Amino acid sequence: MTKVREISCPLVTEAVKRLFLEANTSLGEDVMDALYRARETETSELGRYVLDQILENAAVAEKWKAPLCQDTGFAVVFLEIGQDVHVIDGDLHEAVREGIRLAYTEGYLRKSVCDPLSRNNTKDNLPAVVHTDIVPGDRLKIVAMPKGGGSENMGGTAMLVPAAGYEGIKRYVIDRVEAAGSNPCPPVIVGVGIGGTMEQSALLAKKALLRPVGKPNDRDERLNRLEREILDEINKSGIGPQGYGGIVTALAVHVEMMPCHIASLPVSVNIQCHVARHREVLL
Amino acid sequence: MDPMTALHTPLTDEICESLRSGDRVLLSGKIYTARDAAHQRILDAIEAGNPLPFPPTGEIIFYAGPTPAKPGMPIGSIGPTTSGRMDRFAPKLLELGLKGMIGKGKRAPEVREAICRFKGVYFGAVGGIAALMAKCVRNAEWVAYEDLGPEGIMRLDVVDLPLVVINDSHGGDLYEKAICRYRQRGSVP
Repeated sequence: MTKVREISCPLVTEAVKRLFLEANTSLGEDVMDALYRARETETSELGRYVLDQILENAAVAEKWKAPLCQDTGFAVVFLEIGQDVHVIDGDLHEAVREGIRLAYTEGYLRKSVCDPLSRNNTKDNLPAVVHTDIVPGDRLKIVAMPKGGGSENMGGTAMLVPAAGYEGIKRYVIDRVEAAGSNPCPPVIVGVGIGGTMEQSALLAKKALLRPVGKPNDRDERLNRLEREILDEINKSGIGPQGYGGIVTALAVHVEMMPCHIASLPVSVNIQCHVARHREVLL
Repeated sequence: MDPMTALHTPLTDEICESLRSGDRVLLSGKIYTARDAAHQRILDAIEAGNPLPFPPTGEIIFYAGPTPAKPGMPIGSIGPTTSGRMDRFAPKLLELGLKGMIGKGKRAPEVREAICRFKGVYFGAVGGIAALMAKCVRNAEWVAYEDLGPEGIMRLDVVDLPLVVINDSHGGDLYEKAICRYRQRGSVP
């Protein structure tokens, strides 16, 4: 019989708190490398001026453990729960919430969550959006992704007709990014989800943002090509860093795909600003 | 690239008229934070004929909601939010004497027209460099709506805040110029 592995809730809370604090103050190596490459590639003077400030900001934030951006985000969490894990000493979801609450209240992060109608702030950055997957094994993977509002606002979903095809998908994604212009703080990373149902395409688009920046989709050659073609077109838009003009509007395009209904062609775009924050741990 | 222009608040018609889209600016002096919820309250106050939280004449609003200050620091991280959400409030404030706005992203045609008519300016601040920008803030104090938390109005004392002129009082728009100059395909959208 498979042995069940126990993971205690206080351990989860501690991990979630640490992940949100780290994600908000320190960029991943993949993001930094992409930004350095952008600085080398960019031809516009104002664009290079912007990229210099972005790189300097990352160094200052790292040194002082200060939030990289004042928008410390809506807390998005991905849990991959091994089916042989037994969570003890409490409620798993409450443990995650407590980790977020502690990170945002004790860690001097901005509380950016409010009631949609009254606009009253919830004061602890909760609730969060938590996506759970049950997977084989006896480990618990936690991914923390503080997502800024400015870039999130620029995403979208389209239920295209199947006849729109490859070119229709391409057109929709490029149009979204061009319409967004300077709003989502370019250079951006573009997450694209194709297929599934309406909500599944949006989830695929968000998950695409978790891939190391610029790592191509290596499971499907067609998507690899689509990523390169969309990136190329976006970077010909002229928008550039912060919309001040230039040839680096996006650092990468990541596409994920799954089969869809014979009547449908769902496509979602989730835009990530250059402060691409996510951290993960395997317990 | 042209050298940076040093500016000090309050702004005047003459200062605004001297600025051109694309100019890099280092701003010093007093500016006010306000975003969505604070703007709604300001508009409500105007409509009700109540006094405003600060007299807007010659002033600059920074569309920003900072992170909480750590002990001993004047402010947490601070940077611009998307300005377009404040477009419905901006023309009225410009009419009342507001001179400048700091944010990110495109403005509506009516805001650009009001910037020309009332001789104002719209500055872009780089989004996502909030730790660096915080170093320009020497002091921050509450002015109004503290109950709104990060959305309340604060008066900031800034030194050499790095900005770029997006919309000037002559109709210039940096975002449009940028596309014209750097676009490598098709027609301008």
